[in-house]
Order: sequence, then structure tokens, then C-alpha cells
Amino acid sequence: MSLMPPPLAILAELTHRCPLRCPYCSNPVELARAREELSTDEWIDLMRQAAAIGVLQVHLSGGEPTVRKDLEQIVTAAREIGIYTNLITSAVLLDQARVEALAAAGLDHVQISFQDSEPGPADRIGGYAGGHEKKRAVAAWVRAAGLPLTVNLVVHRQNLSHLGAMIEMAASMDARRIEVAHVQYYGWGLVNRAALVPTRAQVAAADDVVAEARARLEGRAVIDYVVPDYYARRPKPCMGGWARQFLTVTPAGKVLPCHAADSIPGLVFESIRERPLAEIWESSEAFRRFRGTDWMPEPCRSCDRREIDWGGCRCQAFALVGDAAATDPACGLSPHHARIAALAARESEVGEGSFLYRSFATVDEARAASGLTRDRERPEAAVPPAPG
Amino acid sequence: MSQSATLTEQSVPRFPRGSRLQFNAQRQQWMVQAPERVFMPDETALAVLQRVDGSTRVAAIIDDLARVYAAPREVIRDDVLELLRELAGKGVIAA
Repeated sequence: MSLMPPPLAILAELTHRCPLRCPYCSNPVELARAREELSTDEWIDLMRQAAAIGVLQVHLSGGEPTVRKDLEQIVTAAREIGIYTNLITSAVLLDQARVEALAAAGLDHVQISFQDSEPGPADRIGGYAGGHEKKRAVAAWVRAAGLPLTVNLVVHRQNLSHLGAMIEMAASMDARRIEVAHVQYYGWGLVNRAALVPTRAQVAAADDVVAEARARLEGRAVIDYVVPDYYARRPKPCMGGWARQFLTVTPAGKVLPCHAADSIPGLVFESIRERPLAEIWESSEAFRRFRGTDWMPEPCRSCDRREIDWGGCRCQAFALVGDAAATDPACGLSPHHARIAALAARESEVGEGSFLYRSFATVDEARAASGLTRDRERPEAAVPPAPG
Repeated sequence: MSQSATLTEQSVPRFPRGSRLQFNAQRQQWMVQAPERVFMPDETALAVLQRVDGSTRVAAIIDDLARVYAAPREVIRDDVLELLRELAGKGVIAA
């Protein structure tokens, strides 16, 4: 019997390659190249290891997972051992035959992202001409193949005024689940924060749009809503707590507690090329570093919500205050909260910003920009040694 | 009209593609797998869901549960309809 409860789900980032260039991409600024990616056999072996430790669902993501020609093989292998397979895709590379092939392989569910409600702004945000119309076509093929569809709507200052129309579009495509997600400011999102962060008034209006749509679509579609936590009173319980329920495997096989964790310096993340998944989950030092509540500083340590919020997000704490072990500054109890909220409010007022599009070619520029975006007051010793 | 409102004793509930009831050996527990969600049914819910096979009417599920648990049919009926309507509203059950 294992010491740790098993993880519920794995985010399998099959590749960082992607034809879209969304400026809020959650991928790290340091993108992995194709030659570093795990092979088909390595992914299939990972699925077996995941099932053996009790993983229930795999989210096949990227980058754009359909770039991988072996996606059907990976889906087949996961289904054979009882793992629920969810494809998280931009959809632009799919044709109807491939959608049918994936359905035949046993795919359980498809999530397609849309960048806006109309082709003009949607294709500008995604940085890919013709993308929006292609996505609409693929969404129809997904439903025609009998697969359930989630439409993912990432929202930010430049598309929030269209949120009502975006939800309506998703419902008209027979999505049973609609995910409205405010941009989270990691990776490329952090680089482009000034161009994306919403105003407080926009967030309040979005809350109303979602509440109204939930009531109207009851019984037809479920709306999941991910709030922008810079303006929140309490932080999001990021990943349900560090290394408690989820793990991410990067294109090159590195195992992380979440997709952004590699942004925290000083933590050593192990690879499935070097160590079995079960051992990494149980005993990897980086996984144990922020697991549970023992690592917490005040005000988290004595907070009633310590096992609800789990201290918020470690990556955000590092990105904004330079200390991954700090209380997430999204929390109103953090001494940095007022400053962070004021910074977001100020950035949200600067008007339409231009994007630094996500691509392999802009990595150097993004690296430089992310250094500038971070708080310059951050202390040098970002990650103190693990307790005990 | 929503599916949840139309589900009656005459409906034939099923798990649509993308939802299934599955036993997890590591947890020794039945789970409902659904799009980006996992539900852990309690004993009562499990007894209902194990009778959802895409060919049995809700009325027959109620009859069977009333017999097995030796409970008044009206009580079972209300519980079963409430559960199935709730799950239908979430898209986990179709009818």
C-alpha cells in the first residue's frame, strides 16, 4: 500500500510544438524541442506506470498534441488499461478522418480552445489565420463522432467584452461543458501580463455574464469558471495542493507537480527516463517540498483555510514576490497583496497592449521580458532548504 | 427542454460516451469517470448506477431497489429520480 494517496490525473504534455502562438500560453518560456520529446514507447510505458499507481484520467495536451502522429497509439494504450483519455487541443490540425480515428481508438472526451467569438479577433489572438473557422468545423466533427465536447474560453482584457457571445457560440456547438478561464499569469502569460490583465470592472461584468449564462443553460451545459486571482480575496487552491492530486509530464519526460513548477529555481525535478513514476510521486524531494501543510509560513500555517487553499500557488508566489515558500500574494492576508492588486489594476489601465507571441523564435525575447516583469525587489535566496 | 426535467420512470437511462462507472483497484472504490471530472458515488448512488445499463427503465430500477432493500417504493422512487436528474443535468447520464 502506498504512503501517499494516488494522483487523480496526469497532464501529459506530448509536445511543445504548436501552430498557434497564443500570448498567454501556459507552457514555460523555455520550450522543449522536438528531438527531446519522449518516444511513443516511453509515453505508453508512462501510461502503464500511471495506471499502476492509480491515475484515473490523462489529459493529452501540449503544445498541440495532434502534432504527434502517434496520438492514436497513445490513446489506445491508455484506454486498454482503463485510463480515461481527454484530448486538449487547438483543433486546427485535425481533419474529420483523424477525429474519427481518435474516436475509434477509444478517446473519451475532447476539449477545444477558442480565442474569441469572431474570426477576426480570434485569429489575431491565436496568431493563426483561419484558425477560428477551422475550430468550428472540428467541433462539429467531434460531436458527429459521438464524442463529448468541452469548449475552453480563455478570457482577458482584449476579449472579455465578447464573453456573452463566446458562451453562446460554445452552447450552439453542443458543448456540454464550457470552461471560462481567466488567463493565469505564468509562462507566456506572465510575459504578456500588461497586455492581458483585465480591469476590475471587466472582472465584475464577467462574473455577471457567467452567472446569467449558468442559469440560462442549466441542464444543457455546465460552465466551469476559473477566476483571475489577482483581484480575489483568497487564492485559488492551485492543483488542489502541491503534489496532492495531479502531476504533469513535460514533452521531455520531466515530472512536475504542475505545468509551471519548472519556473521555480532550486527545485530538482526528476525524469521518467531516470526514475519510476511511483517513486517520483512518493518521494521526490521537489514533490515533498510543498506537499501538505508543514512547509507553510504564517499566515497560512494557522489559517482555517490551510487545507482548502493549500497556501495558493507556489509558482505565483515565486513569480510575484521571489519566494516560492511565501503565502500566495493573491491572498488578501499576504503582506504583498495590496501591491500586487494595485500593479494589476495599473497594468489593466494602460490600454490595448501588443503581444509577444509564443514561439520557439521568441524564447530569448520572452526570457528577457519575464525577468523584467518580475518584481525586482525579490530576495536572492528564492527557495529555502526543505524542512527536516 | 433540458434532459434533467424530462427524466421520468419511463426513461431508459444510460451512460453516454465520455461517462462510465469504473472500479478502481488502487482505491478499492467505484468511480464515475466523466469529462474532466471524477465522482465517487456513495453506497446508495452506486446501487442505482450499477443498474443503469442502457436497457432498463427507471421504473424497473426502482422496483428492484425497493425489493432488495425492502424499502417503500415511494421513498426509493424519489431518491432515484433525484439522483438521475442531477446526473443528467451534469451530462453524466443520458436518457
